[in-house]
Amino acid sequence: MINIFEVYETNKMIEQEMLDVRTITMGISLLDCCDSDLNTVNRNIYDKITRVAKDLVSVGRDIEREYGIPIVNKRISVTPIALVGGPACHSPEDFVTIAKTLDKAAKTTGVNFLGGYSALVSKGMTPADENLIRSIPLALASTERVCSSVNIGSTKTGINMDAVKLMGEMVKETAEATKENSSMGCAKLVVFCNAPDDNPFMAGAFHGVTEGDTVIHVGVSGPGVVKRALETVRGENFEVLCETVKKTAFKVTRAGQLVAQEASQRLGVPFGIVDLSLAPTPSVGDSVAEILEEMGLESVGAPGTTAALALLNDQVKKGGVMASSFVGGLSGAFLPVSEDQGMIDAVNRGALTIEKLEAMTCVCSVGLDMIAIPGTTSAATISGIIADEAAIGMINQKTTAVRLIPVVGKDVGDTVEFGGLLGYAPIQRVNTFGCEDFINRGGRIPAPIHSFKN
Amino acid sequence: MRQTMKKTIITVVGEDTVGIIAKVCTYLADNDVNVEDISQTIIQGYFNMMMIVDANNSSKPIGEMVSDLEQIGDEIGLKIRCQHEDIFTRMHRI
Repeated sequence: MINIFEVYETNKMIEQEMLDVRTITMGISLLDCCDSDLNTVNRNIYDKITRVAKDLVSVGRDIEREYGIPIVNKRISVTPIALVGGPACHSPEDFVTIAKTLDKAAKTTGVNFLGGYSALVSKGMTPADENLIRSIPLALASTERVCSSVNIGSTKTGINMDAVKLMGEMVKETAEATKENSSMGCAKLVVFCNAPDDNPFMAGAFHGVTEGDTVIHVGVSGPGVVKRALETVRGENFEVLCETVKKTAFKVTRAGQLVAQEASQRLGVPFGIVDLSLAPTPSVGDSVAEILEEMGLESVGAPGTTAALALLNDQVKKGGVMASSFVGGLSGAFLPVSEDQGMIDAVNRGALTIEKLEAMTCVCSVGLDMIAIPGTTSAATISGIIADEAAIGMINQKTTAVRLIPVVGKDVGDTVEFGGLLGYAPIQRVNTFGCEDFINRGGRIPAPIHSFKN
Repeated sequence: MRQTMKKTIITVVGEDTVGIIAKVCTYLADNDVNVEDISQTIIQGYFNMMMIVDANNSSKPIGEMVSDLEQIGDEIGLKIRCQHEDIFTRMHRI
């Protein structure tokens, strides 16, 4: 029988330490919506999404209420649209009509984001892939809730440098197309290496072709809970530190697993995975940076930060894996600079640079995420940063991602406000030495030697 | 059918005042909810009460009980929560 102290501990995590389930994401395959007629594809897509996800938001709310745990976001991911729209779309403008349909379906179902306006081009691009990629700036400028992602490399295939070059240009164009709105379009655009098929987190979620027709994935969170737990073991050695993170991660993940199973049962949709990620929000006390500082760093970014992050990630996984029957998605700490007050503070005090963030992504943060850079940054420089991150992912057999926002009209020293969960960010300095000749070479970087395991 | 064996946990947190248990129990009796266990303690200066109840014969859906109890809590200046037992057992039991 459960006792009063256990009940108190759980409710304290929820009320004071911001434990929540970050997202219930329904993955929906749109492969059966394909048609050679554009209007038919659009109609099929709208009908399918609004039919299978019609109860997603209300079921999420019921679970939230009955178990007393907040479920912050209810979201949808769909099959990469380059595949679905391929037969019908012959220009970037054709693809934009699908983006608008997705936006309408997101609004009808009440979800706050819908991901999957995506192309998977880790080795090469079909004409449909290229049209979709070229449509991204307009698609993100003319929709509100649609999120886009492009996978430009993997450990198995190497890096598609043509796509890397193109994505640098598309990030710039998206910033320009949404400049009235702080270049916000770029906050909904992720460039991946080794993108997982079952990621529930935005903006990079899509429903991979290896998945079934519909599936429920859940993303847990809880940096605040880990931080508070670590406050009780100040000065203790690493063994105690690691054990504390592991036990806390177990508890947090169990809550996610419960919500995933309930949602799956009530919606009649199979349960996919729980994503073990520490996802911060701009709220005070919900920060990954603060966990690293609680471990003994004066500021995140100080020497020791990479080691602290490595152990944090590893222990979160060790605790979480046993708490869930299926783990997947990204499952790594997120360091979205604009969404984490501790990161913002570290940038402002000069302790945290893009270069240090890049080093941190080697040990399992997911990538360079929500980093605002000067609007004058060149497309080639952005491509260079994307290539560096992709190389880290490719060589280390992990997912890496880039979500940079070159804010039009802003420079180092300025701040940009995105609002809501996306937070605000100081514009960070970017290394301005050129890499055009490298990016302009074209072609692919071959797969690394350790990918040949057969 | 899986739902029928589930228990519900009601927690009351706040300043200790006269008649807390009476108020909550009256509401539960009126709605055919059986109280199986009550425990209380003081944690960090706050009165904490926990009830394990069986609401399976109640005509009220749990969602409504949550709102009703919240409202009773607001009237007497306490925080009353009503949650499925699973959120606690899953977290604290393997």
